[in-house]
Amino acid sequence: MKEGDLSVHLKTAVVGAAAALALVLSGCGKKDEAIKIGHAGPLTGPVAHLGKDNENGVRLALDEANAANIMLGGKKATFAMQSEDDQADPKQGPIVAQKLVDAKVAGVIGHLNSGTTIPASKIYHDAGIAQISPSATNVTYTHQGFKTAFRVMANDAQQGKVLGDYAVHKLGAKNIAIIDDRSAYGQGLADEFEKAAKAAGGQVVTREFTGTDKTDFNAILTSIKGKNPDLIFYGGMDSQSGPMMKQIKNLGIGAKFLTGDGGQTAEFLKLAGDAAEGAYASSPGVPLDKMPGGKAFAEKYKAKFNIEIQLYAPYAYDAANVLLEAMKKADSTDPAKYLPILAGISYQGVTGNVAFDENGDIKGGSISLYQAKGGKWEYLDTVGG
Amino acid sequence: MDIFLQQILNGLVLGSVYALVALGYTMVYGILGLINFAHGEVVMVGALVSLSVVELLLGTNLGLPAPLLGVVALVVAIGVCMALGFSIERIAYRPLRRAPRLAPLITAIGVSILLQTLAMLIWGRRYHTVPALIPPTPHAVAGATITNVQILIIVVSALIMAGLMGLVHFTRLGRAMRATAENPVVAGLMGVNINRIISATFMIGSALAAVAGVLVSSNYGVAHYYMGFVLGLKAFTAAVLGGIGNLPGAMVGGLLLGLIESLGAGYIGDLTGGFLGSHYQDVFAFLVLIMVLVFRPTGLLGERLSERA
Repeated sequence: MKEGDLSVHLKTAVVGAAAALALVLSGCGKKDEAIKIGHAGPLTGPVAHLGKDNENGVRLALDEANAANIMLGGKKATFAMQSEDDQADPKQGPIVAQKLVDAKVAGVIGHLNSGTTIPASKIYHDAGIAQISPSATNVTYTHQGFKTAFRVMANDAQQGKVLGDYAVHKLGAKNIAIIDDRSAYGQGLADEFEKAAKAAGGQVVTREFTGTDKTDFNAILTSIKGKNPDLIFYGGMDSQSGPMMKQIKNLGIGAKFLTGDGGQTAEFLKLAGDAAEGAYASSPGVPLDKMPGGKAFAEKYKAKFNIEIQLYAPYAYDAANVLLEAMKKADSTDPAKYLPILAGISYQGVTGNVAFDENGDIKGGSISLYQAKGGKWEYLDTVGG
Repeated sequence: MDIFLQQILNGLVLGSVYALVALGYTMVYGILGLINFAHGEVVMVGALVSLSVVELLLGTNLGLPAPLLGVVALVVAIGVCMALGFSIERIAYRPLRRAPRLAPLITAIGVSILLQTLAMLIWGRRYHTVPALIPPTPHAVAGATITNVQILIIVVSALIMAGLMGLVHFTRLGRAMRATAENPVVAGLMGVNINRIISATFMIGSALAAVAGVLVSSNYGVAHYYMGFVLGLKAFTAAVLGGIGNLPGAMVGGLLLGLIESLGAGYIGDLTGGFLGSHYQDVFAFLVLIMVLVFRPTGLLGERLSERA
C-alpha cells in the first residue's frame, strides 16, 4: 500500500463505521458457533474507501464459502467476519490486532498499509494466528522471521528489481539518476532499483535526496541536469513526483522519468499536468482486466455491493479464499494445523496463482508498467507472475 | 557555468519567497517582541483561498481572461489573510500583551495548529492542483532557464519589498510603526494609537504572506494544508539570520538562505565526493544559522536584539 494521502471520503467512512458497528452488534446477538475470520484496515479517515474495499473483498469470499456448504471436522462450517478499524495509524494497528486475537479469530486478512501491518504482525505471530495482507508491500513485513505473516502482493524489493531491469533493458537507459524521499518506502524502492539497474549494466551517475514535505526540487534537478542522465528514477509518493515532473520539464531536462507505485496514481497526473506526458510508473499486481478472473470478479462485486472496485478488493478476496482453502485442506480452523498447509499452498485466484515462498511473500508476484499518455495511465506490460 | 547560474536563479526564486514571509515575522517581532509562529499558516491560507477563488471562477464559465482571474484571486486572498491576521492578533495575542513572554509564544504555536487543522477540515488532506494561469514557459538565460512564474516571483517580491521600505520610512503610518517599535509607551503618550498600529502591522504582514502563498502555489502547482509549516520555519530562520526585527535584514536573510540551500543541495554531493548528499540541504541551512547565532547573535544586520532581550 502506498503511503499517499488520499481525499477524505467522509461518506464512505461513515458508512464503513456504521457497517462495522452493525457487524459487531449482530455478532453479539448470535449464539451459533460461526468461525470468525478477522479483517483489519482503515474504515475511517482519508483511506477509508480502500479499507472498505478490502473488507468487501473478504465479505464476498466468506459469503460464497457459506453458500458452498463447506464441511470442516464433520460439521457444516459457517464463517463470520469481524472487521476492525485501524485508521491507517501505526499506533492503532497492534490495538485492533489484539482485539481480534482476544475475539479468537481463526485467521486475519489485513492490514492495508505497511505502517499498520508490520507492528500488528507481532501480535498475530505471538498468538500463532495466520495473517495475510492483501496490500502491504514493505519488505520488512515478511522478513521478521514470522511463520504467520503472508502477503498476496509483490513487495517493494520485487518491484524495485523489475523497475531496474526495465529501465536498462526496455527503456535503454545507460546513465541513471536516482532520487528518493528518505521514507521507508521511497528509500527501500530506490535501493532495490539501484541494485537491479547496476546488475543489468546501467550506470548510476548520481543519487539525490529529498523529503516527503518538499515541493522545490530545482536545486537537485539542476545538479542532475549537469550530469546529463538519460533516465531519472524517483522513489516516493505522487505529492512529490507530480511537482518534480513539472520542474524537470521547466528546467529543460530531456531524460525519461520512471517511478514506482507511489506515482502510478491519478493524483500524479493531476499534479504534473501536461508535464506528465511520457512518464513511466509501475504498480504491483496486474490491472483488473488483465487478471485471469478479473472480469467475473468485477461483475460479482458490482452485483453484491452496487459500487465499483476501488483498488485492492481482488487481492483481499484472494487472500480470504487462500485462507479458507488451507482450512479446508487441513480440515480444521486450528492455526497450528492449517498454517503448514497455507505455507505450501498453490491456489488459482482471481489475481493469478497464489503460492508463497519461504518468507511468506507471494511467489513470482507480478509488476505492471504504465506510461502517461494524454492524461491517462496507459498499460504497457506485466513482468513476472 | 550554466549549471552554476541555474543554481543562483533557483536560489533567488526560493529566497524571494523566504524574504516575503520573513518580513512578516520580523515586523511583528520588531513591534511586539513576539514570534508569531502562526505566520506560516497565513501563507497556506492565502494559497488555498486563492485556489478556491480560481476554481470557483473557472467553474462559472464567465470566460474571464487568465491574468484577470489571477488578480481577482490574489485580491481576495490578500483580503482574507488581512482579516485573518487582524483576528489572530485581536483574539489570541492582544489579551496576552502584558503576560509573560512565554504565554504568547505558546499561544502562537496553538494558533498555528488550529489554523492547520481548520484548513485540513475545509480543504481536506489532499494535495490540490493549482491551475496554471500563467503558462510556465521556460526562457533561456545564458544557458540557464527561468519560467514566467519565477520571473514574476522575483519581480513582485522586489517591488513589494521596495514598497514596504517606502511605507515604513516615508509615511505617517510608517513613522508611527517605527515609534511604536522603539517604545510603545512613549509612542502612546505622543498620541499614537498603539492598538491600531499593531493591527496594521499584522495586516500588512498577512498581506505579504498572502502574496507569498499565491506565488509559491502557482510556481509549484501544488497547495496543501501543511505547506505553511516548513515554509514558515524557513522564513523564520531567514529572519533570524538577517537579524530579527530588522526589515532589510529579513530580505537579505531570505535571499541568502535561498542561495545557501540551492547551492548547498546542488554542490554538496560533488564537493564531498558523495560522502554527504543533497539530503544535507537543510542541515547546511541550519548550520549557517547556528554559526551566525554563535558569532553574531543579533543576526547579520540586526542591532535591536540586544536592547530588546
